[in-house]
Amino acid sequence: MKARVFVTLKSGVLDPQGKAIGHALDNLGFRAVGEVRQGKIIDIELAEPNREKAAAAVKSMCEKLLANTVIEKYEIELK
Amino acid sequence: MKSAVIVFPASNCDRDAHDAILHVTGTKPHMVWHGDSEVPDVDLIVLPGGFSYGDYLRCGAMAAHSHIMGDVRRKAEQGVAVLGICNGFQTLTEAHLLPGALMRNAGLKFVCREVELVVDESQSAFTRKYSRGERLRFPVAHGEGNFFASDDVLDRLEGEGRVAFRYGEGDNPNGSARNIAGILNEKRNVLGLMPHPERACDPLLGSVSGRAMFQSLLESLS
Repeated sequence: MKARVFVTLKSGVLDPQGKAIGHALDNLGFRAVGEVRQGKIIDIELAEPNREKAAAAVKSMCEKLLANTVIEKYEIELK
Repeated sequence: MKSAVIVFPASNCDRDAHDAILHVTGTKPHMVWHGDSEVPDVDLIVLPGGFSYGDYLRCGAMAAHSHIMGDVRRKAEQGVAVLGICNGFQTLTEAHLLPGALMRNAGLKFVCREVELVVDESQSAFTRKYSRGERLRFPVAHGEGNFFASDDVLDRLEGEGRVAFRYGEGDNPNGSARNIAGILNEKRNVLGLMPHPERACDPLLGSVSGRAMFQSLLESLS
């Protein structure tokens, strides 16, 4: 089983990197660009065939390490 | 006063902390490797500045889960004084020993300069030799020092006198909420701050504002 974790800043938390990316896109002529938020993707290979157990394990990983839930939210995709 | 400085891979202010404690208090700290499982019996534990674990994932995230932190947490809960400076502050928030988080500087730049710091709370083992409102000069050197917490948490920190230091008006280097530079935990035995007191203990380095913090600790913990 493979898990993909998306970690992004919670809405309402200032994202200066996203803002800088937005400015850079605007400078490149992409006038349609509105707000930009950035984050990270973490791919995890799991030796766990049971989908439910895998989901629970990855959730626990997110809570303990992968995301700082004071400022970040996460989404989990299992493949 | 018995003390220990924790050394993580890529800590780079561990020896500054060691020298500041030695020269200001006349006591020699233990240097404790992150892979050890126990901190010696001490009155003060310092988590130093640096770039522990290369700042991978988030600053302080790996250090917060390193082997030694189990005993640091136990000792903090028993009331041992814990001082987290810069990366040490980031580590304390990641370990949930202090609330909030330290985010990327609002200006996106690494800031390395002296800042004006205002003492907001002198009633703690770390700050008793300062007086409330006293203005200090401390160096900062960080890219992720932008203190963030929910309004509820910020109100609580202020209401309980747990904001130890703020940046001087107009001298906030990183966008920190309410100009907060350093905070105490509920039991007031854990202090985290982004500026570097250990680098402000010798006139040769431009400021001696940090000496009173180590003198406070010596007086409180001896």
